[in-house]
Amino acid sequence: MLGNSMFAYYFNLALRSFRRNKVLTALMVLAIALGIGASMTTLTVFYVLSGDPVPTRSDQLYYVQMAPESMNGFTPGEEPAEQVTRFDAEKLLREKRGDRQAYMTGGGAAVTPDKQGLMPFQVDARYATADIFPMFDMPFLFGAGWSATEDERRGRVAVIAKALNDKLFGGANSVGKTVRMDKVDFTIVGVLDEWRPTPRFYDMNSDRFGELEQVFLPFSTSRDLKMGRNGSMDCWDDSNDSSDPEGSTGVNAPCVWIQYWVQLDSAAKAAAYKQYLTNYSDQQRSAGRFERPTNIRLRNVMDWLDYNKVVPGDVRLQVWLAFGFLLVCLLNTVGLLLAKFLRRSSEVGVRRALGASRRQIFTQCLVEAGTIGLAGGAVGLVLAWLGLWAVRQQPASYAELAHLDPLMLFTTVALALAASLVAGLIPAWQAMQVTPAMQLKSQ
Amino acid sequence: MELRPILSTLLRHKTAAALIVLEIALSCAIICNALFLIGNRVERLNLVSGVAEKEVVRVQLTGIGEDDNADALTSSDLALLRGLPGVKAATVTNQVPFVNSSWNTGVTMVKDQKQPTLSATIYMGDEQFLAALGPKVVAGRNFASDEFIEWSALDAPGSKISVPAVIITQSLADKLFPGQSAIGKSFYSWGENAIRVVGVVDHLVRPSEQGGAVAHEYSMIFPIHVPFSLGGNYLLRTDPARRDEVLKAAVAVLEKNSPNRIILEKNTKSMEDLRAQYYRQDRAMVWMLVAVILALLVVTALGIVGLASFWVQQRTKQIGVRRALGATRGQILRYFQTENFLLATIGIVLGMLFAYAINQLLMGKYELPRLPLFYLPAGAALLWLLGQVAVYGPARKAASVPPAVATRSA
Repeated sequence: MLGNSMFAYYFNLALRSFRRNKVLTALMVLAIALGIGASMTTLTVFYVLSGDPVPTRSDQLYYVQMAPESMNGFTPGEEPAEQVTRFDAEKLLREKRGDRQAYMTGGGAAVTPDKQGLMPFQVDARYATADIFPMFDMPFLFGAGWSATEDERRGRVAVIAKALNDKLFGGANSVGKTVRMDKVDFTIVGVLDEWRPTPRFYDMNSDRFGELEQVFLPFSTSRDLKMGRNGSMDCWDDSNDSSDPEGSTGVNAPCVWIQYWVQLDSAAKAAAYKQYLTNYSDQQRSAGRFERPTNIRLRNVMDWLDYNKVVPGDVRLQVWLAFGFLLVCLLNTVGLLLAKFLRRSSEVGVRRALGASRRQIFTQCLVEAGTIGLAGGAVGLVLAWLGLWAVRQQPASYAELAHLDPLMLFTTVALALAASLVAGLIPAWQAMQVTPAMQLKSQ
Repeated sequence: MELRPILSTLLRHKTAAALIVLEIALSCAIICNALFLIGNRVERLNLVSGVAEKEVVRVQLTGIGEDDNADALTSSDLALLRGLPGVKAATVTNQVPFVNSSWNTGVTMVKDQKQPTLSATIYMGDEQFLAALGPKVVAGRNFASDEFIEWSALDAPGSKISVPAVIITQSLADKLFPGQSAIGKSFYSWGENAIRVVGVVDHLVRPSEQGGAVAHEYSMIFPIHVPFSLGGNYLLRTDPARRDEVLKAAVAVLEKNSPNRIILEKNTKSMEDLRAQYYRQDRAMVWMLVAVILALLVVTALGIVGLASFWVQQRTKQIGVRRALGATRGQILRYFQTENFLLATIGIVLGMLFAYAINQLLMGKYELPRLPLFYLPAGAALLWLLGQVAVYGPARKAASVPPAVATRSA
């Protein structure tokens, strides 16, 4: 039906028709381009923000939640606390029931550089246990993470990010060198390569799409040095009742502030681990530590991101708005295509009289619509590129991540083509209903 | 103007008429909701904070490592800051509005109440807190000098000190003690003892506007002397014209007072800048919505122009006949304008239904309130106007069709 020569003929007819109605054609292309440009800009931003931050591991990493609080403020059926206590984190790590496990929280450190002329500056830090590096598949430029022994003996070791390494050591291999943080000398054991998990899934309490922390150091060390924390802390009951010198960051403090991640290689292991957590929770209840009924969650990375509604509401709203706009543009195109095709009723009549079947008229009209769609898609791609440039100028922390990648490029063209073909259906149908006789009678 | 000929003509061109109606309906629905969203954001942008934003600057700093002398250093910092020229008041506090971190706690009315009545934010301030930040006392008084306690004493393990007094916002007072004066009443928050309300301020917004529309002003001020290491916020009140000068002087003085600290440049700015930065996203959203509305109007107008031109061309003979039979140009013009008005009306009625449907969806997914009714006539008026303007060109062309066309057979 649509052999090569016929396609070339239809294409030829389409081009002639465009040349005859330049303004109308331009309007149609513009309408489609605007709609496609807007939709692809917002869709790309949405796609970037809702992607998988650790595709190699996301189905094996699970976030632990339990309900350690007292009965004050308890509502049946609610979600458990979003972080764990220090007591639970340390105990779960000691019992090592997962393939790998780590707990962590955010913090900050004041770096006093050795380099002449550099003033002390503040960096974001992460206090974590040894397994975090293999678990999250973090890429290393030099060296590696620390071992469990360093965790135990509160070693003054640190892993720094590439940016900090560039700033302090000019990008050289700094493994073994020291960096002075909070007036204490830390030995660098590893330097991370460029890594920007989008979003920073492991801690939902700080800038979710922001840059990576510049320093990683053992959690136990951070407590030893009483380093400042960064994140969310939720305490119940008066923590002043205790005489713990560490206050709310102490082991027995009634506060949740730590994130616990576990790596489980199969679904069976995940089910078993969940059972283990339930038993653990029951044990704590009978020991009197937990007061609330057992309430366990073990979510993998994507579920955890979903639960936290990590894509900002504004971004979703913008996607809907843009697609609404695209729909209006499409209706516009349908109308203009209808006008275009019906204006040529006499031409269609002649072609039908000469023997063209209805199907051939239909196909030719669709080819015309598709060509407009492709042209609109091309212009729309330029508009989307401009739109994403505008998004990158925005003040949001995810702004710099907005880029067109090959998949989005392909989607743009495919969307434009599909949209224009759908838009062309009704006008093409109406065009093919033109009876040859009527058109030949009047002129 | 007779509607029946118009209607019967439209019914013969069902597809094109339906397209215009649908396009107007969809545009109306989207525009109504977009206008509503703009209204929402503008409301947020104009939130009353209670802070004298044009007169307050904030310095944030952090210590290098632990500082055993934080309290003494804070006192000397404040003495130096208060002595700077142009500074009317200076205070140290744990948190400031328009940032993303906050201290929040539950409030209960009776001791050992199982469910907190609500959650409120805690500002810890010293003697000059109200003077530095700007909220006005509308009932009761500021703290007395004997009501202040030290953070280090309060936070010490096993401490038995409790907060003696609290100043709350009017919003919190209305919620906790509706219809009565809050002065002298008390509630439970931190510690074992009830805390007595000694003053009420008109407005003081929570940092990061937590609590949404209802609870964003549930703020309490505790009379606590905090060291700079707890949040690192120094607030200074000055004249709007002297803000830059005061900020520079303050940073210099603080750096000199102790070399062991880092001034966080990114967070050290005037309250006005802090607020502008906090609401950047909302402003960007407003501009985007305005752009979408304009684009929609342009596209819809073009669609109407296109289809109207096409109709005029199709009906040239018919128009010629009418002119030959005595219709004036004005009547032809009015015919097309009435036709467009009719289509626009149907489109707008449909559009309003769509608008409400879309609003229902948005209410569910994005926690927006219901679309207030006055947005509908606004959207309707806009589209009627647009339709009339768009159809004017083609209608004029139709009106200029000469009657002689009727006599030609072509």
